Amino acid sequence: MKILVAVKQVAALDEDFEIRADGKDVDPDFLVRDLNEWDDFSLEEAMKIKEASATPVEVVAVCVGPEDADEALRKCLAKGADRAIRVWDETVVGSDAIAIARLIAAVARREQPQLLFAGAQSADHAFAATGMAVAAFLDWPHAAVITQLTYTPGEEGATLRRELEGGVLHEMQIETPAVLTIQLGINTPRYASLRSIKQAAAKPIEVLTPQELGVPESAVGEAGSASRVRRMYVPEKGRAQMIEGSIEEQAARLAQLIRERTGGAA
Amino acid sequence: MSGILVIAEQRRGELRPVTLELVSAAQQLRRTPDERVAVAILADEPDRFIPEVSVAGVDEVITVPVAAKDFDPDALEAAALALIEARKPAVVLVPHSIDAFGWAAALAVKGDYGFATDVFRIAYEDGKLIATRGGYGQKVNVELEFPGKPVVVVALRASVFKPPEGRSRPAVSRFEPPRAGTRLTGKEFIEASAGEDDVDMTSAEFILAIGRGIGEQANVERFRELADAVGAVLGCSRPIADAGWLPKSRQIGQSGKTASACKLYVAMGISGMKHVSTIVAVNADPGASIFSIATYGVKADIFEIADALRRQFPN
Repeated sequence: MKILVAVKQVAALDEDFEIRADGKDVDPDFLVRDLNEWDDFSLEEAMKIKEASATPVEVVAVCVGPEDADEALRKCLAKGADRAIRVWDETVVGSDAIAIARLIAAVARREQPQLLFAGAQSADHAFAATGMAVAAFLDWPHAAVITQLTYTPGEEGATLRRELEGGVLHEMQIETPAVLTIQLGINTPRYASLRSIKQAAAKPIEVLTPQELGVPESAVGEAGSASRVRRMYVPEKGRAQMIEGSIEEQAARLAQLIRERTGGAA
Repeated sequence: MSGILVIAEQRRGELRPVTLELVSAAQQLRRTPDERVAVAILADEPDRFIPEVSVAGVDEVITVPVAAKDFDPDALEAAALALIEARKPAVVLVPHSIDAFGWAAALAVKGDYGFATDVFRIAYEDGKLIATRGGYGQKVNVELEFPGKPVVVVALRASVFKPPEGRSRPAVSRFEPPRAGTRLTGKEFIEASAGEDDVDMTSAEFILAIGRGIGEQANVERFRELADAVGAVLGCSRPIADAGWLPKSRQIGQSGKTASACKLYVAMGISGMKHVSTIVAVNADPGASIFSIATYGVKADIFEIADALRRQFPN
């Protein structure tokens, strides 16, 4: 029994940043990278199933990204993933969520997991698309935004809850193998111990190219994507009217605003 | 490829209001006045929604009976795919909603369509479809194009387009979708429980909300007391509710309660709730994305401003 956990090394912007010369992305010097927060929860969910199982469960983390994405995979290894796979070569540059999903699906065909987890979305671009696109490439059952999962290895289905708008939960039964995207709050992700972080640093990360996965060059990068970035730009600075002054002055103005807008009741 | 296909969203027998926002977006996107806007209703009993979607700007309503009573992504994908292949629209609009998270990307893959999510602006420029969305935590805007994709599926952000005013008398047609096997079966819907907390965020007119910036659970009380003093209902971001620091019923934002009655929103170091008419954002980061949607901005530490504001309401 195996669970494949697809993770992403996301990027956040420095306080000051510059757009790249071609105008299509932020200059990478101004990006701060980390494991996507949602993926912490996916990995934890896989670890919970592994630890509760009477039969052996292997947890494999997979990431599509350049060498610095190893950092995200090492985090997964430190938290208990058995193996890590990174998919990359220069042809992957320019891939959107759909092209990335095609590569993750190719890894899934090779690994044959019973469950494939992905984050419900990523913290940087929030496409909320990769997981369900993977399912379509595999033609597997799929469900998104899962906040509760009951699965016993060996069984042919799982019970899950999707969290809908307004906090309504939808309990559903899904056949496996399945692709599920995991929402924040489904569990409490563990911290890695210093010792396991050290051990993870010495573990191998398998690196595969699209070609080795049987994905042709025409199916990755911009050619394999469902969209292409034409331009990235900083939106007009907001219409927010800044309330200046000392803290006391700011608070006084804020209090005045509140009184005006609540009819002076407070 | 011509025409815009709106896929209506319904849940438990009710049309989701975002559907009518999609109609407005479709109307604005037409390249010529005679480009057609069709609304497809994929549901077990689609006919019941015909009157509700017959709003200004809709030329045709297509009823697509699917077998599943509840949300079934396999059925929706198979039905939408067959309908798109039969009609060949240039653009297919779906909401950027939890249900659509569960099937729209799969539809795009199966049809090899162009695809973009959480889009808040869509237009043709020089004959090319351009979709605009946020990036890097909404700090930048990203314009997407779709070369070589004659059909593009676009998931539109809710509360951006105003629903149309007025009615129409669209043509009604029926489309029989292929049968799809069911691999995800609905069992039950469970309403969010407020537990011992009886607050109703949907009726709150003034919300003061906190997020991770409060640091630790012990600080919740300080903001609860402030909210009481200023006459606000205390709301929170998802991590605060997930951590159990405040009940789930207090959560605002995407999957939390839609605070539809809210007129004044004081965001203490968090984002969200663009629909509110007056947003006051307090944030120590001058680059915080909420300053671009807020009415008023206060660049300050949330604890300092909380204490100072509390002193303004001595009772």
